[in-house]
Amino acid sequence: MNKLFIRYRFFLITLLMLVVLALVNTGLALKSFSITAYSLREVLLVIPPIFVLLGLLDIWVPRHTMVRFMGHGSGMKGVLLAVLIGSAAAGPLYGAFPVAAVFLKKGASFRNVFIFIGAWSTTKIPMLLFEYEALGPRFALTRLLVDIPGIIVISWLLGLSLNDSDRLDIVRKVEKLTK
Amino acid sequence: MTIILYTATVILLAVSLYKDKQKTVKAIKKAWKAFENIMPQFLGVLVLTGIVLSIMNAETISRILGVESGWLGTIGAAVVGSVTLIPGFVAFPTASILLQNGAGYMQIAAFVSTLMMVGVITFPVEIEYFGVKTAVIRNLLAFLFSFLVAVIIGWVHTV
Repeated sequence: MNKLFIRYRFFLITLLMLVVLALVNTGLALKSFSITAYSLREVLLVIPPIFVLLGLLDIWVPRHTMVRFMGHGSGMKGVLLAVLIGSAAAGPLYGAFPVAAVFLKKGASFRNVFIFIGAWSTTKIPMLLFEYEALGPRFALTRLLVDIPGIIVISWLLGLSLNDSDRLDIVRKVEKLTK
Repeated sequence: MTIILYTATVILLAVSLYKDKQKTVKAIKKAWKAFENIMPQFLGVLVLTGIVLSIMNAETISRILGVESGWLGTIGAAVVGSVTLIPGFVAFPTASILLQNGAGYMQIAAFVSTLMMVGVITFPVEIEYFGVKTAVIRNLLAFLFSFLVAVIIGWVHTV
Protein backbone atom coordinates (compact mmCIF):
# COMPACT_ATOMS: atom_id res chain seq x y z
CA MET A 1 0.00 0.00 0.00
CA ASN A 2 2.70 2.38 1.09
CA LYS A 3 4.83 1.45 -1.89
CA LEU A 4 1.94 2.03 -4.25
CA PHE A 5 1.39 5.43 -2.68
CA ILE A 6 5.02 6.41 -3.21
CA ARG A 7 4.94 5.24 -6.81
CA TYR A 8 1.84 7.24 -7.55
CA ARG A 9 2.53 10.27 -5.39
CA PHE A 10 3.30 12.57 -8.31
CA PHE A 11 0.09 11.50 -10.05
CA LEU A 12 -1.86 12.00 -6.81
CA ILE A 13 -0.37 15.48 -6.40
CA THR A 14 -1.49 16.42 -9.92
CA LEU A 15 -4.97 15.06 -9.18
CA LEU A 16 -5.05 17.13 -6.01
CA MET A 17 -4.10 20.19 -8.09
CA LEU A 18 -7.00 19.39 -10.37
CA VAL A 19 -9.38 19.21 -7.41
CA VAL A 20 -8.13 22.54 -6.07
CA LEU A 21 -8.55 24.05 -9.53
CA ALA A 22 -12.10 22.68 -9.67
CA LEU A 23 -12.90 24.46 -6.39
CA VAL A 24 -11.45 27.73 -7.66
CA ASN A 25 -12.59 27.60 -11.27
CA THR A 26 -14.81 24.74 -12.40
CA GLY A 27 -14.64 25.70 -16.06
CA LEU A 28 -10.85 25.56 -16.14
CA ALA A 29 -10.84 22.22 -14.32
CA LEU A 30 -13.26 20.73 -16.84
CA LYS A 31 -11.08 22.02 -19.62
CA SER A 32 -7.98 20.51 -17.98
CA PHE A 33 -9.80 17.24 -17.71
CA SER A 34 -10.77 17.20 -21.37
CA ILE A 35 -7.23 18.11 -22.46
CA THR A 36 -5.88 15.33 -20.24
CA ALA A 37 -8.32 12.86 -21.75
CA TYR A 38 -7.32 13.98 -25.22
CA SER A 39 -3.59 13.60 -24.53
CA LEU A 40 -4.20 10.25 -22.87
CA ARG A 41 -5.78 9.02 -26.08
CA GLU A 42 -2.83 10.29 -28.05
CA VAL A 43 -0.35 8.65 -25.69
CA LEU A 44 -2.19 5.35 -25.81
CA LEU A 45 -1.89 5.49 -29.57
CA VAL A 46 1.81 6.29 -29.85
CA ILE A 47 3.35 4.76 -26.75
CA PRO A 48 2.57 1.02 -27.15
CA PRO A 49 4.58 0.50 -30.35
CA ILE A 50 7.50 2.46 -28.86
CA PHE A 51 7.61 0.13 -25.87
CA VAL A 52 7.23 -3.00 -28.01
CA LEU A 53 10.13 -1.78 -30.16
CA LEU A 54 12.29 -1.18 -27.12
CA GLY A 55 11.40 -4.65 -25.85
CA LEU A 56 12.51 -6.15 -29.15
CA LEU A 57 15.66 -4.02 -29.11
CA ASP A 58 16.43 -5.20 -25.61
CA ILE A 59 16.03 -8.87 -26.50
CA TRP A 60 17.50 -9.04 -29.98
CA VAL A 61 20.36 -6.55 -30.14
CA PRO A 62 23.39 -8.05 -28.40
CA ARG A 63 25.39 -5.85 -26.10
CA HIS A 64 28.57 -6.06 -28.15
CA THR A 65 26.70 -4.83 -31.23
CA MET A 66 25.43 -1.80 -29.36
CA VAL A 67 28.90 -1.13 -27.96
CA ARG A 68 30.45 -1.40 -31.41
CA PHE A 69 27.96 0.92 -33.09
CA MET A 70 27.14 3.42 -30.35
CA GLY A 71 29.54 2.79 -27.49
CA HIS A 72 32.79 4.47 -26.53
CA GLY A 73 35.06 4.69 -29.50
CA SER A 74 32.23 4.35 -32.00
CA GLY A 75 33.28 7.83 -33.11
CA MET A 76 31.44 9.56 -35.93
CA LYS A 77 29.50 6.39 -36.67
CA GLY A 78 27.94 6.49 -33.21
CA VAL A 79 27.11 10.18 -33.44
CA LEU A 80 25.54 9.75 -36.86
CA LEU A 81 23.50 6.74 -35.79
CA ALA A 82 22.26 8.58 -32.69
CA VAL A 83 21.14 11.55 -34.81
CA LEU A 84 19.49 9.32 -37.42
CA ILE A 85 17.63 7.04 -35.01
CA GLY A 86 16.48 10.02 -32.96
CA SER A 87 15.31 11.87 -36.08
CA ALA A 88 13.35 8.88 -37.34
CA ALA A 89 11.47 8.68 -34.06
CA ALA A 90 7.83 9.32 -33.46
CA GLY A 91 6.09 10.51 -30.38
CA PRO A 92 6.62 13.04 -27.63
CA LEU A 93 9.96 13.65 -25.91
CA TYR A 94 9.06 11.61 -22.86
CA GLY A 95 8.86 8.58 -25.16
CA ALA A 96 12.58 9.03 -25.80
CA PHE A 97 13.69 8.41 -22.22
CA PRO A 98 12.69 4.73 -21.97
CA VAL A 99 14.30 4.01 -25.33
CA ALA A 100 17.42 5.91 -24.30
CA ALA A 101 17.49 3.79 -21.14
CA VAL A 102 17.70 0.58 -23.18
CA PHE A 103 20.47 2.07 -25.34
CA LEU A 104 22.40 2.97 -22.23
CA LYS A 105 21.87 -0.42 -20.64
CA LYS A 106 23.13 -2.11 -23.79
CA GLY A 107 26.36 -0.18 -23.77
CA ALA A 108 25.82 2.96 -25.83
CA SER A 109 27.95 5.84 -24.58
CA PHE A 110 26.35 8.59 -22.50
CA ARG A 111 27.22 11.14 -25.14
CA ASN A 112 25.49 9.20 -27.90
CA VAL A 113 22.45 8.59 -25.74
CA PHE A 114 22.17 12.33 -25.07
CA ILE A 115 22.56 13.02 -28.79
CA PHE A 116 19.76 10.56 -29.44
CA ILE A 117 17.49 12.36 -26.94
CA GLY A 118 18.41 15.71 -28.48
CA ALA A 119 17.63 14.50 -31.99
CA TRP A 120 14.35 13.00 -30.82
CA SER A 121 13.41 16.32 -29.26
CA THR A 122 14.19 18.63 -32.16
CA THR A 123 15.09 17.07 -35.48
CA LYS A 124 12.28 14.53 -35.88
CA ILE A 125 11.66 14.28 -39.60
CA PRO A 126 7.84 14.28 -39.57
CA MET A 127 7.87 17.37 -37.37
CA LEU A 128 10.38 19.08 -39.66
CA LEU A 129 8.02 18.62 -42.57
CA PHE A 130 5.28 20.29 -40.57
CA GLU A 131 7.57 23.11 -39.59
CA TYR A 132 8.76 23.57 -43.17
CA GLU A 133 5.18 23.96 -44.34
CA ALA A 134 3.95 26.20 -41.54
CA LEU A 135 6.95 28.46 -40.92
CA GLY A 136 8.81 28.30 -44.19
CA PRO A 137 12.09 26.78 -45.42
CA ARG A 138 14.23 29.58 -44.04
CA PHE A 139 12.96 29.04 -40.52
CA ALA A 140 12.95 25.23 -40.55
CA LEU A 141 16.28 24.73 -42.29
CA THR A 142 18.09 27.32 -40.19
CA ARG A 143 16.81 25.66 -37.04
CA LEU A 144 17.91 22.26 -38.30
CA LEU A 145 21.37 23.52 -39.22
CA VAL A 146 21.85 25.19 -35.83
CA ASP A 147 20.27 22.34 -33.87
CA ILE A 148 22.42 19.45 -35.09
CA PRO A 149 25.75 20.92 -33.92
CA GLY A 150 23.90 22.34 -30.90
CA ILE A 151 22.68 18.91 -29.85
CA ILE A 152 26.17 17.47 -30.19
CA VAL A 153 27.72 20.27 -28.13
CA ILE A 154 25.02 20.01 -25.45
CA SER A 155 25.54 16.25 -25.24
CA TRP A 156 29.27 16.71 -24.95
CA LEU A 157 28.87 19.29 -22.16
CA LEU A 158 26.33 17.08 -20.43
CA GLY A 159 28.75 14.18 -20.59
CA LEU A 160 31.50 16.38 -19.09
CA SER A 161 29.26 17.49 -16.26
CA LEU A 162 28.73 13.94 -15.00
CA ASN A 163 31.23 12.35 -12.65
CA ASP A 164 31.61 8.61 -12.15
CA SER A 165 29.13 8.38 -9.33
CA ASP A 166 26.50 10.26 -11.38
CA ARG A 167 27.02 7.79 -14.19
CA LEU A 168 26.78 4.83 -11.86
CA ASP A 169 23.57 6.26 -10.41
CA ILE A 170 22.01 6.60 -13.85
CA VAL A 171 23.05 3.12 -14.92
CA ARG A 172 21.49 1.71 -11.75
CA LYS A 173 18.26 3.61 -12.28
CA VAL A 174 18.11 2.52 -15.90
CA GLU A 175 18.77 -1.11 -15.05
CA LYS A 176 16.03 -1.10 -12.47
CA LEU A 177 13.54 0.43 -14.89
CA THR A 178 14.29 -1.89 -17.80
CA LYS A 179 14.77 -5.12 -15.90
CA MET B 1 3.33 8.81 -39.09
CA THR B 2 1.59 6.64 -36.54
CA ILE B 3 0.79 4.22 -39.35
CA ILE B 4 4.48 3.89 -40.23
CA LEU B 5 5.30 3.31 -36.58
CA TYR B 6 2.68 0.58 -36.27
CA THR B 7 3.65 -1.05 -39.56
CA ALA B 8 7.31 -1.16 -38.54
CA THR B 9 6.42 -2.57 -35.14
CA VAL B 10 4.13 -5.25 -36.56
CA ILE B 11 6.70 -6.30 -39.17
CA LEU B 12 9.51 -6.54 -36.63
CA LEU B 13 7.26 -8.37 -34.22
CA ALA B 14 6.33 -10.86 -36.95
CA VAL B 15 9.98 -11.42 -37.86
CA SER B 16 10.82 -11.90 -34.21
CA LEU B 17 7.97 -14.33 -33.73
CA TYR B 18 9.05 -16.31 -36.77
CA LYS B 19 12.62 -16.51 -35.55
CA ASP B 20 12.02 -17.28 -31.91
CA LYS B 21 8.69 -17.43 -30.17
CA GLN B 22 10.06 -17.51 -26.65
CA LYS B 23 12.30 -14.51 -27.18
CA THR B 24 9.35 -12.59 -28.60
CA VAL B 25 7.22 -13.34 -25.57
CA LYS B 26 10.09 -12.17 -23.43
CA ALA B 27 10.36 -8.95 -25.45
CA ILE B 28 6.65 -8.24 -25.00
CA LYS B 29 6.95 -8.90 -21.29
CA LYS B 30 9.86 -6.48 -21.11
CA ALA B 31 7.87 -3.90 -23.04
CA TRP B 32 4.98 -4.21 -20.64
CA LYS B 33 7.24 -4.06 -17.60
CA ALA B 34 9.04 -0.97 -18.90
CA PHE B 35 5.69 0.67 -19.56
CA GLU B 36 4.29 -0.25 -16.17
CA ASN B 37 7.39 1.11 -14.45
CA ILE B 38 6.93 4.58 -15.86
CA MET B 39 3.12 4.67 -16.07
CA PRO B 40 2.57 6.57 -12.80
CA GLN B 41 4.86 9.35 -14.06
CA PHE B 42 3.16 9.38 -17.45
CA LEU B 43 -0.25 9.75 -15.82
CA GLY B 44 0.95 12.64 -13.69
CA VAL B 45 2.48 14.34 -16.72
CA LEU B 46 -0.80 14.02 -18.61
CA VAL B 47 -2.85 15.62 -15.83
CA LEU B 48 -0.25 18.38 -15.46
CA THR B 49 -0.36 18.97 -19.22
CA GLY B 50 -4.13 19.36 -18.99
CA ILE B 51 -3.88 21.88 -16.17
CA VAL B 52 -1.10 23.94 -17.75
CA LEU B 53 -2.70 24.00 -21.20
CA SER B 54 -6.11 24.98 -19.82
CA ILE B 55 -4.50 28.00 -18.18
CA MET B 56 -1.98 28.70 -20.95
CA ASN B 57 -4.42 28.46 -23.83
CA ALA B 58 -3.74 29.69 -27.36
CA GLU B 59 -4.99 33.14 -26.40
CA THR B 60 -2.62 33.52 -23.47
CA ILE B 61 0.29 32.21 -25.50
CA SER B 62 -0.49 34.64 -28.31
CA ARG B 63 -0.67 37.51 -25.87
CA ILE B 64 2.74 36.74 -24.40
CA LEU B 65 4.39 36.05 -27.75
CA GLY B 66 2.66 38.75 -29.73
CA VAL B 67 2.90 41.81 -27.57
CA GLU B 68 6.33 41.93 -26.02
CA SER B 69 9.11 42.25 -28.49
CA GLY B 70 12.87 42.40 -27.99
CA TRP B 71 14.68 40.50 -25.29
CA LEU B 72 11.86 40.58 -22.78
CA GLY B 73 9.56 39.02 -25.35
CA THR B 74 12.15 36.42 -26.25
CA ILE B 75 12.64 35.43 -22.62
CA GLY B 76 8.87 35.26 -22.14
CA ALA B 77 8.50 33.11 -25.25
CA ALA B 78 11.27 30.78 -24.08
CA VAL B 79 9.60 30.37 -20.69
CA VAL B 80 6.20 29.70 -22.27
CA GLY B 81 7.75 27.11 -24.58
CA SER B 82 9.48 25.43 -21.65
CA VAL B 83 6.39 24.97 -19.52
CA THR B 84 3.99 23.93 -22.27
CA LEU B 85 3.72 20.62 -24.01
CA ILE B 86 1.96 21.00 -27.34
CA PRO B 87 2.27 18.60 -30.25
CA GLY B 88 4.04 20.07 -33.28
CA PHE B 89 1.03 19.86 -35.56
CA VAL B 90 -0.72 22.31 -33.24
CA ALA B 91 2.30 24.44 -32.36
CA PHE B 92 3.55 25.19 -35.87
CA PRO B 93 0.29 26.48 -37.34
CA THR B 94 -0.22 28.58 -34.18
CA ALA B 95 3.30 29.99 -34.56
CA SER B 96 2.58 30.73 -38.20
CA ILE B 97 -0.56 32.69 -37.34
CA LEU B 98 1.35 34.61 -34.67
CA LEU B 99 3.99 35.55 -37.23
CA GLN B 100 1.32 36.79 -39.62
CA ASN B 101 -0.09 38.88 -36.81
CA GLY B 102 3.16 40.63 -36.21
CA ALA B 103 5.08 38.52 -33.72
CA GLY B 104 8.85 38.57 -34.22
CA TYR B 105 10.87 35.69 -35.63
CA MET B 106 13.21 35.77 -32.66
CA GLN B 107 10.35 35.27 -30.20
CA ILE B 108 8.71 32.52 -32.25
CA ALA B 109 12.03 30.71 -32.65
CA ALA B 110 12.65 30.85 -28.89
CA PHE B 111 9.17 29.47 -28.31
CA VAL B 112 9.48 26.65 -30.85
CA SER B 113 12.95 25.68 -29.69
CA THR B 114 12.16 25.49 -25.97
CA LEU B 115 8.84 23.82 -26.70
CA MET B 116 10.73 20.94 -28.25
CA MET B 117 13.88 20.76 -26.16
CA VAL B 118 12.93 21.89 -22.68
CA GLY B 119 10.43 19.87 -20.72
CA VAL B 120 9.35 21.26 -17.38
CA ILE B 121 6.15 19.22 -17.31
CA THR B 122 7.92 16.03 -18.34
CA PHE B 123 10.64 16.55 -15.75
CA PRO B 124 9.21 13.83 -13.46
CA VAL B 125 9.63 11.28 -16.26
CA GLU B 126 13.12 12.46 -17.09
CA ILE B 127 14.45 12.29 -13.51
CA GLU B 128 13.08 8.78 -13.17
CA TYR B 129 15.62 7.66 -15.78
CA PHE B 130 18.43 10.17 -15.58
CA GLY B 131 18.27 11.63 -12.10
CA VAL B 132 17.78 15.23 -11.03
CA LYS B 133 21.27 16.51 -11.82
CA THR B 134 21.38 15.33 -15.43
CA ALA B 135 17.82 16.43 -16.10
CA VAL B 136 18.43 19.91 -14.67
CA ILE B 137 21.65 20.39 -16.65
CA ARG B 138 20.12 19.06 -19.87
CA ASN B 139 17.10 21.33 -19.63
CA LEU B 140 19.18 24.32 -18.62
CA LEU B 141 21.62 23.88 -21.52
CA ALA B 142 18.70 23.40 -23.92
CA PHE B 143 17.04 26.55 -22.55
CA LEU B 144 20.18 28.63 -23.04
CA PHE B 145 20.85 27.13 -26.45
CA SER B 146 17.35 28.15 -27.55
CA PHE B 147 18.39 31.81 -27.27
CA LEU B 148 21.20 31.19 -29.72
CA VAL B 149 18.68 29.52 -32.05
CA ALA B 150 16.37 32.51 -31.61
CA VAL B 151 19.08 35.06 -32.39
CA ILE B 152 20.25 33.20 -35.50
CA ILE B 153 16.74 32.65 -36.82
CA GLY B 154 15.91 36.29 -36.11
CA TRP B 155 19.04 37.31 -37.98
CA VAL B 156 18.46 35.17 -41.09
CA HIS B 157 15.02 36.72 -41.40
CA THR B 158 16.42 40.24 -41.50
CA VAL B 159 19.01 39.66 -44.23
